Amino acid sequence: MNGLLKFITCGSVDDGKSTLIGHMLYDAKLIFTDQEKALKLDSKVGSREGKIDYSLLLDGLMAEREQGITIDVAYRYFTTEKRSFIVADTPGHEEYTRNMAVGAAFADLAVILVDASQGVMIQTKRHARICSLMGIRHFVIAVNKMDLVNYSKERFDKIKKQIRILLAEFEYDSVEIIPVSATEGDNITKPSRSMVWYKGKILLEYLEEIKVRQKDGTGFLMPVQRVVRPNHAFRGFQGQIESGSIALGQEITVLPGKEKAKIGRILRGDQDVEKAFSGWPVTLCTDREVDISRGCVLCRGELPMTGNMFEAKILWMEDSHLVAGKNYLLKLGTKTIPAAVMAIRCRIDVNTGEEIPADEIFKNEIAECEISVGDTLVFDRFDNIQVLGSLILIDRVSHMTAACGVVENALNRSGNVIYHQMEITKEIRCQKLGQKSGVIWFTGLSGAGKSTLANELEKRLVAAGKHTMLLDGDNVRLGLNKNLGFKEQDRIENIRRISEVAKLMTEAGLIVLTASISPYASDRRKAREIIGDEFVEVYVSTSLEECEKRDVKGLYEKARRGEIPNFTGITSPYEVPVKPEIVINTEGRTLLECVDELYEKLLKFL
Amino acid sequence: MERVHRRSLLFLYHLNLNLDLMNHLYNVSGYKRSMGKKEVSDLQTMNHLEELEAESIYIMREVAAECEKPVMLYSIGKDSSVMLHLAIKAFYPEKPPFPFLHVNTTWKFKEMIAFRDRRAAELGIEMIEYINEEGVKQNINPFDHGSAYTDIMKTQALKQALTKYGFTAAFGGGRRDEEKSRAKERIFSFRNKEHAWNPKSQRPEMWKLFNTEIYKGESIRVFPLSNWTEKDIWQYIKQEEIPIVPLYFAAERPVVMRDNNIIMVDDERMRLLPGEVPVMKKVRFRTLGCYPLTGGIESEAETLDEIIEETLASVESERTSRVIDSDGGGASMEKRKREGYF
Repeated sequence: MNGLLKFITCGSVDDGKSTLIGHMLYDAKLIFTDQEKALKLDSKVGSREGKIDYSLLLDGLMAEREQGITIDVAYRYFTTEKRSFIVADTPGHEEYTRNMAVGAAFADLAVILVDASQGVMIQTKRHARICSLMGIRHFVIAVNKMDLVNYSKERFDKIKKQIRILLAEFEYDSVEIIPVSATEGDNITKPSRSMVWYKGKILLEYLEEIKVRQKDGTGFLMPVQRVVRPNHAFRGFQGQIESGSIALGQEITVLPGKEKAKIGRILRGDQDVEKAFSGWPVTLCTDREVDISRGCVLCRGELPMTGNMFEAKILWMEDSHLVAGKNYLLKLGTKTIPAAVMAIRCRIDVNTGEEIPADEIFKNEIAECEISVGDTLVFDRFDNIQVLGSLILIDRVSHMTAACGVVENALNRSGNVIYHQMEITKEIRCQKLGQKSGVIWFTGLSGAGKSTLANELEKRLVAAGKHTMLLDGDNVRLGLNKNLGFKEQDRIENIRRISEVAKLMTEAGLIVLTASISPYASDRRKAREIIGDEFVEVYVSTSLEECEKRDVKGLYEKARRGEIPNFTGITSPYEVPVKPEIVINTEGRTLLECVDELYEKLLKFL
Repeated sequence: MERVHRRSLLFLYHLNLNLDLMNHLYNVSGYKRSMGKKEVSDLQTMNHLEELEAESIYIMREVAAECEKPVMLYSIGKDSSVMLHLAIKAFYPEKPPFPFLHVNTTWKFKEMIAFRDRRAAELGIEMIEYINEEGVKQNINPFDHGSAYTDIMKTQALKQALTKYGFTAAFGGGRRDEEKSRAKERIFSFRNKEHAWNPKSQRPEMWKLFNTEIYKGESIRVFPLSNWTEKDIWQYIKQEEIPIVPLYFAAERPVVMRDNNIIMVDDERMRLLPGEVPVMKKVRFRTLGCYPLTGGIESEAETLDEIIEETLASVESERTSRVIDSDGGGASMEKRKREGYF
């Protein structure tokens, strides 16, 4: 007997994975007769013209039968003379990525189906990527539906090449590529008569013989599940040894506190033993009182990391999306603590593996992010030790498992455990304020209505719960820019300073409104460069005639009399914006109408 | 670890153990191997049963550590017997830190009840018996009420008991190999305030990280034996010498034949159809429940070895012998579970 093999089958809806497993069980006489009876009966009412539909053996839930697809994970158990198997049959649709991840987290090996008539598809890559992310290092690629390509060796060789290219980007310990036909049973449990050119192992035979073994760290390691104290005389620590072994008298280190103690007693069930090994559930007693509670990790030899910040690759599984700064409960090992996703580094395209900049992560997407936890945590890289490198994030309101992930690396700030060293980013500040920051840049002639509009708009935003700041050209000139005049270079400096101040305020998470004539296109372009894509240019297009007619401050009159040099529109040019985000004309309209229109148009930017 | 391992091999070599064992150890190099002698597993390899045992114990300890008020459902059957045994092992030297609950329909085999009381006394565990007294008053019985009987005396009774005691997590002995819809249920299965299961909103279960967060009124059903098969159960019972109800062993018993089922006449409440006369047959039961609803099989298996041999050769899945499952076709169990059946 070769021990237990847990494997997962992945493929798309039409790749025939349920049929493949169904056939394997059926052929090997591994199903019970009453299930077989039900299968035949079900097939009669099904759509396959009386032929046995092997997939009915696996698609259990009513909803799935109605839709004709597998939406959850089904576990099947069978034993051959050589081995016991547990198969996780999982859905292949992109929208069920998380279900597939559940199956992959469970399995040691993946059987990935590829349709011979289609070749390697984008979903094949997705399946390989998810399996790889969840820690699978052994792959079997079953090139299915060989019957549809006349059992062509050339076709198979071509697909084989595609697969080799595909797998080059993943880490793996073994790969086998087998041509099969699930509906006809070729190379599943019996060698195919139609593919005599294939000299390799058939699927079941290969699965019976493959050796899968997880990498095992060298040091002893046991996360404490619970403290057992039935009476004053006994105090023990219960858990499963995840790596290495431990013997009576050996010294252990308790993480994260780093206290040391010697092992005084080892219980396996109700039996005293002298030594215990990886995989065993045990109860350990120490020779002296040490502070040990659930979530501590008992170690010997190479110690895992401790800290409160690390980099992780996560798979988002919840309907609501992830944004940086949100709080969750994190479970890692036997510890559950508050945690926050501090920054999203990028999204990883589940199909292509490409790293894409992203602010939000949606259901079934993979992301690299930085996670901080509320207390010192014992963890390690997933590649080193699975149990201390795998985590889930739990939504604090819905209690759903929002994400699962693997630890990639500790962050440098970690280890020395100083919370205030944590990087507070603009995203986190925005998240705190519950808004998207931005700069609404009003430009237009003097008297066009910029300040009036900005004022009213700010009231509207504040009423909507936003956090704002208004930088009025006149106000800024009274303080920060009081050393500046109206010469061209002073105007340029004036705009530069406003832009930089606005930029700082967006870093604080605010929505900034600026109202200044800003007559030169080059200055506004510079402001746009400084502020970036949060820059929303609002051109208040009131005409010179109208402005001069209004002349609220009597400035036009003075300018006409030559009392104000360099007055925009009279003695100095105003360059009309070519492509502003918003144009608003105030002529012949009430203030209310204008603000309504403005607010409406702004919504898509904030 | 590697060093220890080599030394062990050397030690074995000097003992001149057979070459086959040597080869095996060398090849698998510490990897979990199936069924071996005890002294082999002490050399840091784990067999299939040890792996399953470790997984179940891990699950039980997680529940005890994280859930507010757990209970272990005890049906007196072989799976419950294994679960109870695992619970004793998991928490030793402490007694399991939760009570056991038996939902009694009042139609269980007499031998089951006697066995239950004996085991509880021997182990010193807290055993709660719950009966739906309202159902008893209305004389709800398996003869007149069909599936309504199962609903009232089993499903409703279970819900009432869980609500009455305010249990937040209940261990059940369900296995995924039993039935199609169970094959898809997670180890931790969540129930809303009405104790109903929604197969579409199962929480993803990753690695060994079980999410046990719930709101007041909600509860979790936990299936620590999810990955065991019937064969594993029998082999473990043998290996650990776990006591089970004698009804599992073949013996001469008074039975009648009904719709291809062998039904035992356990007491005078059994309603015989016209012309039906109980006859003595050598039968045993693969599952235990309410005697009028539990079909036995003709068998000569009087020992565990014989039972295991029969099980291995068996071509009928065990639930066929439970009469209640056959009404409603393949999807019946799922329907009942959505309504709160365990």
